[in-house]
Amino acid sequence: MAVGLLSYGAYLPQLRLQRKSIADAHSWFDGSLRGLGRGERTMAAWDEDTNTLAVEAGRRCLAGIDASVSGLYLGSTSFPFLDRQNSGLVGEALNLSSSLQTFDIAGSQKAGTSALLAALKGAGNGENGLVIGADKRRTKAASRAEMNYGDGAASLLVGEGEGVIAELVATHTESVDFVDHFRTEESGFDYVWEERWLRDEGLMKIVPSATQKLLEKSGVTSQDITHFCCPVGSGRDQQGLAKKLGLNVEAVQDTLQANCGNTGTAHSLLMLVGALEAAQSGDLILVLGFGQGCDLLLFRVTEAIAQLGERVGLKASLTTRVEEANYTKFLSINGLLEMEYGLRAETDKDTRLTTYYRNRALINSFVGGKCSACGTQQIPMTNVCVNPECGATSTQQPQPFKEAEAKLVSYTVDSLTYSPCPPAYYGMVQFKEGGRIMLDFADVEPNKELEVGMPMRVVFRIKDFDHKRGFKRYFWKAAPIYSTLSAKQQAEQ
Amino acid sequence: MASGIRDKVAILGMGCSNFGERWNNSAEDLMLESFTEALADAGIEKEQIEAAWLATALEDQHVGKSAVPVATALRLPNIPATRVENYCASGTEAFRGAVYAVASGACDIALAIGVEKLKDTGYGGLPQRSRGTANDLYWPNVSAPGSFAQLASAYINKHKMSMTDLKRAMAHVSVKSHDNGALNPKAHLRRRIDIDKVLNAPMIAEPLGLFDCCGVSDGSACAIVTTPEIARQLGKKDLVTVKALQISVSNGSELQYNDWDGSYFKTTRVAAQKAYKEAGITNPREELSLIDVHDCFSVTELVTMEDLYVSEEGRASFDILDGFYDADGKIPCQIDGGLKCFGHPIGATGLRMIYEMYLQMNGRAGERQVAMEPRFCLTHNLGGFPSQNVSAITIVGKEDA
Repeated sequence: MAVGLLSYGAYLPQLRLQRKSIADAHSWFDGSLRGLGRGERTMAAWDEDTNTLAVEAGRRCLAGIDASVSGLYLGSTSFPFLDRQNSGLVGEALNLSSSLQTFDIAGSQKAGTSALLAALKGAGNGENGLVIGADKRRTKAASRAEMNYGDGAASLLVGEGEGVIAELVATHTESVDFVDHFRTEESGFDYVWEERWLRDEGLMKIVPSATQKLLEKSGVTSQDITHFCCPVGSGRDQQGLAKKLGLNVEAVQDTLQANCGNTGTAHSLLMLVGALEAAQSGDLILVLGFGQGCDLLLFRVTEAIAQLGERVGLKASLTTRVEEANYTKFLSINGLLEMEYGLRAETDKDTRLTTYYRNRALINSFVGGKCSACGTQQIPMTNVCVNPECGATSTQQPQPFKEAEAKLVSYTVDSLTYSPCPPAYYGMVQFKEGGRIMLDFADVEPNKELEVGMPMRVVFRIKDFDHKRGFKRYFWKAAPIYSTLSAKQQAEQ
Repeated sequence: MASGIRDKVAILGMGCSNFGERWNNSAEDLMLESFTEALADAGIEKEQIEAAWLATALEDQHVGKSAVPVATALRLPNIPATRVENYCASGTEAFRGAVYAVASGACDIALAIGVEKLKDTGYGGLPQRSRGTANDLYWPNVSAPGSFAQLASAYINKHKMSMTDLKRAMAHVSVKSHDNGALNPKAHLRRRIDIDKVLNAPMIAEPLGLFDCCGVSDGSACAIVTTPEIARQLGKKDLVTVKALQISVSNGSELQYNDWDGSYFKTTRVAAQKAYKEAGITNPREELSLIDVHDCFSVTELVTMEDLYVSEEGRASFDILDGFYDADGKIPCQIDGGLKCFGHPIGATGLRMIYEMYLQMNGRAGERQVAMEPRFCLTHNLGGFPSQNVSAITIVGKEDA
């Protein structure tokens, strides 16, 4: 049976930083930025990082898919933790089985495609691998990277069988220590060499010979390739490369430069998701990962793609957007501007690791309890059932709440309490099948109304930064599901 | 069968420090200030006190742990002393300790004292602090106004009101308390305000603006209690006795079960029903003379009028706007300015409320003395958040009431 892709998902943070606002702030300093000041880039919210982006992309990939996952392959060059496996945390947030092999794959812009390659090699015999590429990319103020990069994540489920929507035809990898940029333990930002050199000596020389080898292995001719996902270079560079590879120029996929920016290790996978959304049975998709050599993967789309249910992929992620024209907010939430947070920010946000470990079903996986005596759901799980009519002891069974339907009970917009991005929104949500909890809110749009009764969902986010110890903790937050209808109208329906 | 606390204990003396920004005074200074007044009022010697209860809620901001600070500050004669903490209801908790000790017959005279020194934090409002190592992992980073503000969103949804109408009633609550506080020489905030000032104030936590929030103050209050017999032996007349003392504590059902709608205090309703029964009150709207409630925020006072069964559910804003709770209304509420203007030094607050009721019953409330002689006076001291809290109700009254 063919090994290949079973499902896909993508997540882009909803904020879109308007590049003009960056150019307006910095063109006094570097006039050349004005030319880049068009379109928009994705911008992670203050409480998002690589791990939270990865969780949401993985969640979307797995939504509605009935498949066990035995390997989690997470590619990134912006892992929040250096010694604590990020994929282990992401796996728990996705509530995957603990019998899970987890891999943090890092160190190169091709880490996303390398993760996909590793998963494909490990797939088969009933083993499925979840692949996620995610990056929240830190950039210096007034750098070209700040203009060109974006934050995002993409995910693919890999396995075999009738559900394969795109089967793997061939792969090829080249390892070349070609250093067009780097970042080290000591440097917080990318150090970048000239773009022309990257193009002429890197992209145009390493990729063509590797592609030649891939095509020889696959028996496919370059003319037959319908989608080419190339995550580096400008649109013009990519067309040049396509010509050199003998591809049809129409096969070149949109770089997403205008409306997203380059999402690093996620980008090849994000473009692959975009290609899958547009593909038809029989299409051939060539995916490139580029960095210290290259990965090439060739997929043939199968008839099963028509059976795959609706996905939240690239298209939906691009249309879920909130314009952000406040460049100062971007600087501030990325730690590039020393803000006066006030005395309230001084509270120690320490995490007792033992306490955290005991509570990690709740904290990492948003698992509560269900009483085996009366069926009442509650979160957090406690020893004694919360139902006053029941009150049974030690009857709680673990109950996942992360996909449970929820609605808003009460809320506030708090300008007093400390938040890195004030005001703080929080309130109580009630789950349809029972259970309720007071939560911080995420992704509230200031110009839209919150209403008691409106639907909410939970998302995995950063809860607190402990700057004293360099730790950060995560928890789930409630995000409003905005509708064009009012809560009252929805209730009437 | 337990018979309750009614008329078993009398107030022998009370004291209260000036509340406010007491920059140059320590918690120990403030305790001595309220204690000195109470001791003189009781007309006894310090050595006659047999047991003491100290209330502080944020002791790490000032005196630290245990009851040693009160024993040391007042040089109590090595008597049993206990520090209690039950959120912002700590003051009533200390009072309960002393009252129960006397009622049990374990001692003749007992002291309850509360203190809080909150103005050593460097900013307005309550100190930002840990909520416990496990809670910190998942509780929102709530402020007090942010927690209580949620009452408003739930309340208007339940009673199909507009936020504008609710905010107008809330503003009346604050204006009324400022009017009352202006007449109280010990109050923290003594300036009158008008509705427009409240409605146009900076937003703290929607829909609560600055003037919907109480002050955070330094201060202490204190009660010395004994049996009615001993009080009479000591020459006291027209005794003020404890009629009811009830505390109800959330068990997590508001926060975790499915039936609470977020617009009221479940515990206040429980405590009120028990307190009325204990005091023999059947119609609180007709029988209560004065009430002092835990108006940490204007919206708290508003919904509490219903939770105490004085206003009908959904009707509090109408009673408020009708002036029912004004100083010249049927049941004056916050005649001393309340938390809003007298101030809110947490551990002292519950005792400060009882202090005012005691003064009013003795006709010693000066300019703000109510015209009609009070018979039953209720205090409501609340700790925590609408979703999980401690509600403490005390009813005091004339011995023959």
